[in-house]
Amino acid sequence: MGNHKELGAKLAPFGGWLMPIQYSGIIDEHNWTRSAAGLFDICHMGEFLIEADLSKSNLGELVTVNLAAMTNGSCRYGFMLNEEGGIIDDLLVYRVADSQWMIVVNAATTANDEAYLRGHLTGAGRLENVSESLGKLDLQGPQSAEVLRNLKTGGVEALQYYTFGYFTLLGEKIIISRTGYTGELGYELYMPVGKIPELWQVLLADKRVKPVGLGARDTLRLEMGYGLYGQDMDDTISPLEAGCDRFIDWDKEFIGKAALLRQKQNGVHRRRVYFTADSRRSPRHNYRIIYHEADIGVVTSGAFAPSLGAGVGMGLALRDVAFGEQITLTGTGVFISAKVVRKPFYENGSAQRKEIKHAYPR
Amino acid sequence: MPIPDNLLYTKDHEWVKIDGVTGTMGITDYAQDSLGDITFVDVTKAGSTVTQFQWCATVESVKAASDVFAPLSGEVVEVNAELASHPELVNKSPYEAGWFAIIKIADISEKSKLMTASQYRAFIEGLSK
Repeated sequence: MGNHKELGAKLAPFGGWLMPIQYSGIIDEHNWTRSAAGLFDICHMGEFLIEADLSKSNLGELVTVNLAAMTNGSCRYGFMLNEEGGIIDDLLVYRVADSQWMIVVNAATTANDEAYLRGHLTGAGRLENVSESLGKLDLQGPQSAEVLRNLKTGGVEALQYYTFGYFTLLGEKIIISRTGYTGELGYELYMPVGKIPELWQVLLADKRVKPVGLGARDTLRLEMGYGLYGQDMDDTISPLEAGCDRFIDWDKEFIGKAALLRQKQNGVHRRRVYFTADSRRSPRHNYRIIYHEADIGVVTSGAFAPSLGAGVGMGLALRDVAFGEQITLTGTGVFISAKVVRKPFYENGSAQRKEIKHAYPR
Repeated sequence: MPIPDNLLYTKDHEWVKIDGVTGTMGITDYAQDSLGDITFVDVTKAGSTVTQFQWCATVESVKAASDVFAPLSGEVVEVNAELASHPELVNKSPYEAGWFAIIKIADISEKSKLMTASQYRAFIEGLSK
């Protein structure tokens, strides 16, 4: 999209795409998303459409999500695992109809995920990789529902957290889900890629909306303690190690389950830990975690958290450290004193808000 | 992009304003713009000695951490204490309120290794090609 450059975007390669890192500035975009509505171009992500009857196909065994429990029009977060329990990808599953699914995956892993699905899926009908033809914009922030309501999308504001529906916008029937990666009330809009530039312009025409790049996307997700695939998760790290136990359905068979059960029984030897720096210093990827003078692990993500005014991060630690304990994060001559904390770092997000208030009557 | 005429510049995007026996230094507008939002600044202590083109400060932005090098050798006589709590001053006012340190110049002949404003302007124009 040429429009990013016109908006003063700084671009950088990411997952094979040239992506906008920032427009007005990372902190400004971050704060705008927390208070109004940020618009993210997320066309790089991968989408698969799958036709599969759960009683006849093994789709349920390829993801950790409890597919059978999903109602039509709902979304769930989960993983595809290898036999060792390592995370091949983290993903969102959409149940479109009884036997119709959309799976949304990371950009850099799309090709690998497709090969995995094609190699393992049996008893299913169509499996289509629509990543090239389906675009996606994320509208995130407490005012995002109002913005969409103004576009006469009809009923978007009635969507509950982690549900989706079909809505007419710019003459197209598109999927809008109430999901996101920021911790704010927000939506992901899936539309044919050719229509995305127009949708981008229409949304930006609302003064409550500003474009947001990957830089603020990273600080927003980090403040919520959300992991980023390729950084906080990879195919050598299990969901138990990543502290994501709750996205696993133990009542069914799935690839990697035996390995996870072994980990459960024997205990994981490393586990996700979250920390807040005592200063404005930012822990960085690959810094070491020091506790009582012992090296106990590695920082997987870290940044300055604009909402907190302090550095925050997450990592993998080889031993449990209690909340409130003091640790040191170190790399290339830098020593940052920090405290082990619970996630999320930022607790005032609007994502799960039950009732969406209207600024003025309909 | 502002590049004041009365300052001298380094290839690493520091500036220095020579005023008799002292030089006030900071990072250029080009540097602050490249770094993005600056979230942390740590300048070497007053009283310490710095060497031309060697480390004298660390800046962190949301994106990255960077070293800042002294444009001239000498003793640091004052550091900008405001930057500890307001690092964003470097973004807002890189040549004024966002100054880093004042150095008592040890060897004024070192300024021959620095660029004038017009040389620095040509230098950064070359970088963006």
